[in-house]
Amino acid sequence: MADTPRVTFALTEEQEMLRQTTRQFLEDRVSPTVVRELMETETGFDAALWQSGAELGWHSLAIPEEYGGAGYTFAELSVVLEEMGRALFPGPFLSTVVMAANAIVLGGRDSQKKELLPGIAMGESMMTMALFEGPQGATTDDIRMTAAQDGEAWILDGVKKNVLFGHVAGTIVTAARTPNGLSLFLVPADTGGLNAEHVPTLDATRKQANLTFSGVRLGPEALLGNEGTAGPVIDRVLRLASVALSLEQVGGAQWCLETSVEHGQTRFQFGRAIGSFQAIKHRLADMLVSVEHAKSTAYHAARIVDDTDELLVAAPLAKSVCSEAYLRAASDTIQILGGTGFTWEHDTHLYLKRAKSTSLMFGGVRHQRRLLAEALGL
Amino acid sequence: MTDTIAAEKAEALVTGKIDELLSGYDPSMDPQEFWGRQYDLGLAWVQYPEGFGGLGVSPKYQSIVQRRIEAAGAPTWNRQINLLGIGMGAGVISAHGTAEQMRKWLRPMFTTEDMWCQLFSEPGAGSDLANLSAKAVRDGDEWIVNGQKVWTTLAHIAKWGMLPVRTDPDVPKHKGITYFIVDMEADGVDVRPLYQITGEAEFNEVFFDDVRIPDEYRLDDVGAGWRVSMTTLMNERVAIGSRSLPRGSGSIKDAIRAWREYEHDDPALRDELTRLWAEWEALRLTVERANQMRKAGIPGPEGSTGKLAWADLNKAITAFSVELMGWDGTLYPGGYELHRPTEFEDSGSPQRNFLRARANSIEGGTSEIMRNILGERVLGLPGEPRVDKDLPWKEVPRG
Ligand SMILES: Cc1cc2nc3c(=O)[nH]c(=O)nc-3n(C[C@H](O)[C@H](O)[C@H](O)COP(=O)(O)OP(=O)(O)OC[C@H]3O[C@@H](n4cnc5c(N)ncnc54)[C@H](O)[C@@H]3O)c2cc1C
Repeated sequence: MADTPRVTFALTEEQEMLRQTTRQFLEDRVSPTVVRELMETETGFDAALWQSGAELGWHSLAIPEEYGGAGYTFAELSVVLEEMGRALFPGPFLSTVVMAANAIVLGGRDSQKKELLPGIAMGESMMTMALFEGPQGATTDDIRMTAAQDGEAWILDGVKKNVLFGHVAGTIVTAARTPNGLSLFLVPADTGGLNAEHVPTLDATRKQANLTFSGVRLGPEALLGNEGTAGPVIDRVLRLASVALSLEQVGGAQWCLETSVEHGQTRFQFGRAIGSFQAIKHRLADMLVSVEHAKSTAYHAARIVDDTDELLVAAPLAKSVCSEAYLRAASDTIQILGGTGFTWEHDTHLYLKRAKSTSLMFGGVRHQRRLLAEALGL
Repeated sequence: MTDTIAAEKAEALVTGKIDELLSGYDPSMDPQEFWGRQYDLGLAWVQYPEGFGGLGVSPKYQSIVQRRIEAAGAPTWNRQINLLGIGMGAGVISAHGTAEQMRKWLRPMFTTEDMWCQLFSEPGAGSDLANLSAKAVRDGDEWIVNGQKVWTTLAHIAKWGMLPVRTDPDVPKHKGITYFIVDMEADGVDVRPLYQITGEAEFNEVFFDDVRIPDEYRLDDVGAGWRVSMTTLMNERVAIGSRSLPRGSGSIKDAIRAWREYEHDDPALRDELTRLWAEWEALRLTVERANQMRKAGIPGPEGSTGKLAWADLNKAITAFSVELMGWDGTLYPGGYELHRPTEFEDSGSPQRNFLRARANSIEGGTSEIMRNILGERVLGLPGEPRVDKDLPWKEVPRG
């Protein structure tokens, strides 16, 4: 096996600035109260907030300059994703900026990129990808829906499940099998025969819908890139989504750690701060270790996304390690907070629900370890 | 010899009463009426004296009563409905109450006409219950109570509450507590819902504003409240840790159902499921063994491990069930609806059960506290340094 690529973990000055402005903005504009308000709605996003994020440049970071982007890398985007995880940012950022945008960048024809990417960069578009039909969907093999050819047109029939913000997105990048393999289709939300049904989620800050395609008829221009070439595109998007979720998980886990430590210092029982009990102190020390490990894997992955071989290792590594760290941090935070941690009123449960659902998206921990084993030739 | 004769007589007595109870049973009967007759025949808790729902015989005969009632298809779920009363309150009243108090409270508790709640925890006193600060001041034949309790399960439907309060702030914390039974309908009792991470408000915060409690509602002596509270907690932990279930039931059943429903065949997942099944079965057998020993009057360490083991294992199994569901596990069927249940909602979707189980290692004593108890009381290890034990309560540091 080739040498493990070495990455520079330290943030550049510019990245550090980005981190600070992002955190500041999220603290000002995306307070837990705002998150909870949006969580109660069916659409789960706020148009003004979405637009403000785009004005800060979040949406354009990783889009090439020639298509209206800022031409930075995933490393910059990762700074924003981590802060979003910490703030439980609600809205279709992952599905639009990480998933759909990359699918278009990787798979689209030049004309499609020119047409679609500037809208994403400017915060005008909300998009998503409709990939899986069943509960265990995690790889391209799990995609079964077929697109039938009718002259020049394509006809889509079937149900796509668990589509992130599928009832909110204006364009749904939909995967289906065509004669030559897997293809992606750009399906506008208002296409006849397409019906989106919101489904309540464990993590109510990230909405989902089931999409029913009943004889959805698409012209040849709907095909993203060339027919039958979407397999590697989807593969890569899934890995990028996993890395993005790992960064979110790290941000959330760090919030849990800070919240628990603070409680350990300020909550008194038996005449002592509870952090002075070894049962609590050691639990917190263990949490620190696992959150630090999680950060290393997520930061590493975010910096090597362009190394296709290394990404095969780094993405499942990060997703498995960060999922477990976050689940444990959130669960332990409830334990350390005691009764308070089990209330709706305290924010910890929002993190627990994020931890659980992100751990299951795009393949759970065991699936990630399976991918890792494959990458290692085990 | 006389022992065997006594035993035969006791068994005949119990069986005769059961026959009497069941011969008059009619499936259309109101369950509360049935439980009333069960109580009056001395079959509520056979070890209690006659006239108080018992027959004054060994508690081991209670299992015959349960088995026969179940076999007859007659109602047995009063304990489940009024868990805090029947599972905890009854034992406390019989151990620390007067005959008059037993007469007043036990029957309507057993029939579930009067629901009970446990008003122990306070904002400043959770694990450290003895630090409680709700107080009572004597006024002639009455006591006047002020203060706040929190996390009070089912307080919104309870008629009676078990209430330890501070009656002397000048002595060390364990010594200045007195235990009352409070009428939840009394003037000055204010019960407000607290919503949990599932959206349900099983528990509440309860405010006492100059609530008057007659001295007849005091259990045991003034200043003896810590002892009474300990009886309550022991009963609670035994109630939680000694529920015996058939093999393969409870949360492991959900996990196995998910394994089949989602047609898993991955060997690593199978191994994990089997590991959890084995741990669950080891717990079940331990509970069974502990229950038998307890009834035979030989309590051992196996009787104290159940609550801790159950909490951690139930958390792990419910989390695993959701994991088996893949993307379906990211959904929450029906959404979160903030509501106030009128009884224990024992089960729901695997996702809801996963969330609800997070409390298992907190409610009824946290797992950290349970480990301390096992280490110190069962294994006899030295206690942790206690900075507050001998200080007058009012001088204890509180952060
Ligand atoms: C669902 C639910 C239902 C409940 N129902 C009731 C009820 O009906 N009536 C009632 O009175 N109470 C009830 N409770 C309250 C419960 O008993 C308390 O939450 C529990 O005792 C812990 O107290 P606390 O929440 O104040 O946490 P704290 O005591 O503040 O504990 C915080 C953390 O510190 C740890 N800790 C504290 N002391 C030590 C120590 N000495 N060594 C090591 N670690 C320590 C704890 O384990 C915990 O992790 C309920 C709680 C829940 C979650």
